[in-house]
Amino acid sequence: MSENISVHVFRFDPETENEGKFVEYSVPYIEGMAVLDTVRYVEENIDPTLSIRWNCKAGKCGSCSTEINGKPSLMCKTKVDTLGKDITVAPMASFPLIKDLVTDISENWEIARKIPMFSPREGMEEPWKINPKDVERSKEFKRCIECFLCMDVCHVIREHYTPYFGPRYIVKAASWDMHPLDALDRSKFLNNEGGLGYCNITKCCTDVCPEHIKITDNAIIQEKERNVDRQYDPIAMLIKGRRKKEKVVR
Amino acid sequence: MNDEFEILESDVLIIGAGGAGMRAAISVNDAGLKPIMVSKSLLGKAHTVMAEGGIAAALGDVDSKDNWTVHFGDIIEEGVYISDWKMAELLAKEAPERVLELERYGALFDRTPDGRIMQRAFGAHTYRRLAHIGDRTGLELIKTLEDQILHRNIQFLDEIYIVDLIKNNNKIVGAYGIKMNDGKRYIFRTKAIVIATGGSGRVFKVTSNSWESTGDGLGIAYRAGVKLKDMEMVQFHPTGMVYPPSVKGVLVTEGVRGEGGILLNSKDERFMLKYSPEKKELDARDVVARAIYKEIMDGRGTEHGGVYLDISFKGPDFIKNKLPAMYQQFLEFADIDITKKKMEVAPTVHYMMGGIEVEAESGKSNIENIFAAGEVTSGLHGANRLGGNSLADILVFGKRAGDSAAQYALSSKLEKIDQNEVESITKHINDLFKEDGKNPYALMDRLMTCMSENVGIVRDGEHLKKAIEIINELKKEFPDVGTKGGMKYNHGLLGCLELENMLISCEATATSALMREESRGAHTRSDFPKKDKNWRKSIVVYRGEKNEIVYETEKTKEMPEEFKAYVKPEVYK
Repeated sequence: MSENISVHVFRFDPETENEGKFVEYSVPYIEGMAVLDTVRYVEENIDPTLSIRWNCKAGKCGSCSTEINGKPSLMCKTKVDTLGKDITVAPMASFPLIKDLVTDISENWEIARKIPMFSPREGMEEPWKINPKDVERSKEFKRCIECFLCMDVCHVIREHYTPYFGPRYIVKAASWDMHPLDALDRSKFLNNEGGLGYCNITKCCTDVCPEHIKITDNAIIQEKERNVDRQYDPIAMLIKGRRKKEKVVR
Repeated sequence: MNDEFEILESDVLIIGAGGAGMRAAISVNDAGLKPIMVSKSLLGKAHTVMAEGGIAAALGDVDSKDNWTVHFGDIIEEGVYISDWKMAELLAKEAPERVLELERYGALFDRTPDGRIMQRAFGAHTYRRLAHIGDRTGLELIKTLEDQILHRNIQFLDEIYIVDLIKNNNKIVGAYGIKMNDGKRYIFRTKAIVIATGGSGRVFKVTSNSWESTGDGLGIAYRAGVKLKDMEMVQFHPTGMVYPPSVKGVLVTEGVRGEGGILLNSKDERFMLKYSPEKKELDARDVVARAIYKEIMDGRGTEHGGVYLDISFKGPDFIKNKLPAMYQQFLEFADIDITKKKMEVAPTVHYMMGGIEVEAESGKSNIENIFAAGEVTSGLHGANRLGGNSLADILVFGKRAGDSAAQYALSSKLEKIDQNEVESITKHINDLFKEDGKNPYALMDRLMTCMSENVGIVRDGEHLKKAIEIINELKKEFPDVGTKGGMKYNHGLLGCLELENMLISCEATATSALMREESRGAHTRSDFPKKDKNWRKSIVVYRGEKNEIVYETEKTKEMPEEFKAYVKPEVYK
């Protein structure tokens, strides 16, 4: 098969140029090819100064996040065959641009540091015993590979300056809140400090998650509702201190 | 050109932020000292994230008969008797504690029905031993340690490429790095260094390794005078994806076989019954990889040059629960539903058993303030690594290297940086910018093809000599490589620097493979098909005084008498 496909790649160095532009490259088609293969072809054969970020090429590390034909996607998991004739690859828009397709995602680490860590209940005998069923809920959130596509697509982050931590970090908090041995409840904190109220559950984050985590339904809505319970249910507040750990099951 | 420098000081500089690097950083932080951790990729993206099957630790939660002596025996036997017995002992004894530590940090392992840590069977482990989180154990490990790094406020700089270590009067006093984000150059002044940069699987064309695994740590260590060992020992994982071409080499976890998956050739024969009637699909990786290779070579391969791996008979619920990432991987990358269809697989380069020679207890190299841990080291796995031992390795020896580097730093001080050294590294980098430089990726491609064709799963003298010839040609061409553009996020520049390190790894691997005239573990010579008792030793590689590569052999250390009871005696036929 010797047909070529054309890929329009965003090129821009904000330090030395005033504006970016899409540059068209012609790349030989290989069966099963992913968008990552096309930009790697450009880098290795046409212009090695093209800045791209990738690592595992297997959908496991979450490095190659970009916007492909406008949709936040991993380059390694987006097959060329699914895209039709025109392919455009642009950097994530929510993060500061470094160069070409590479953005600076370091602001995420500041948010990560704010999420209270796993805090095991006190006085548990080691080795810990956990019912296999109780592992399941947190497991979904632990699938997160930190590609930050959910942060990229989130219009609260894109369009407003708010304290909202963003979907990734609600998922992170939920992964601890639903850890069967965790002693904390982070829902109040997420609402008060993390701007959870700004999320109006449009589910855009869920749509782009390459790990198919039901971010909105299983993390965001759960944490919102738990917080409401905490604030307005005096009985629940009373019992809270006595229970080892309350698991909210709806 | 950005010639600006920033100088950062630390007690211990950790190069690499996979499991070993992060665990070492935690140790230095625990000791109350200041670590700085740098990595070529983003935080949390290191190759550890790709580990699937689990962490080998003799917890005995599933098979109560398991204990460290059995694990020890498995390591020595499957490493074909050239492992460092002390490292094997430490790993077998300490892995369970490192698993429990991860659990305290928040890792959530799969459980047995009565609530203990679930352990799965893996190739050539006597008992079910791998603590796991589905088939994404590496992800959980790395995110758990990343949390520690962030919440302990350990200073890290990601997307830093360390070009070389800096010496002053024969002492290593720091490292020279380029921050890709802005192209700025960094001088890291430090008392001790932990190298935890992983392997160099990407010197091969077909590999399960990610972008970063180009053996940079081996290159910088070698240039600093550090000894490397067992460089011929390259592990081919039996099962990598073969189709479509764009995902060729991507790992298919051994967990598939651990959970009952079977291998079939194109005639629908379960061929492992023939090669290994007892252990079958769960024999050591070298045995299974060679069996698959032979089936393919003898014309019983699939249409895309692999064999079949089948787990579909276990049913969708079982597969989606035990192997969710594999289910997703085949569905998304190959349009194959593994709950209904067979997978196509073939061997893929997976792991380097060889690397920096270290002292077992401390991870110290032959240079007093250079320590190392993880895949970049050698010794533990000998001639063949058991699945799951790599994650145990990075935790056990990451901690030990961090502890010892901290200990060293406590009684030493920061030394002066020699400006001449810095200038010579700067010049080396600046010289790579040229208008008509050869494309480093074109040379890399020739190197990878050469390694895959000539230093593959079954080797012989003729092909190895050819490989060395090609490597020498590429070394001669290296001064012509170059890149355009600037210092900032320039993969062309990175490619040149990586290529230089890759050439060192490849030369050491090909030459050691030619020297070892026998077949042992992962190293198979068709012209020397038998194991030879005179080769119960290792090949050590280092840079000589005239910059030449020196090769020496070193006898395997004898274990104490009482340990011999844990190991089957070695047999030569």
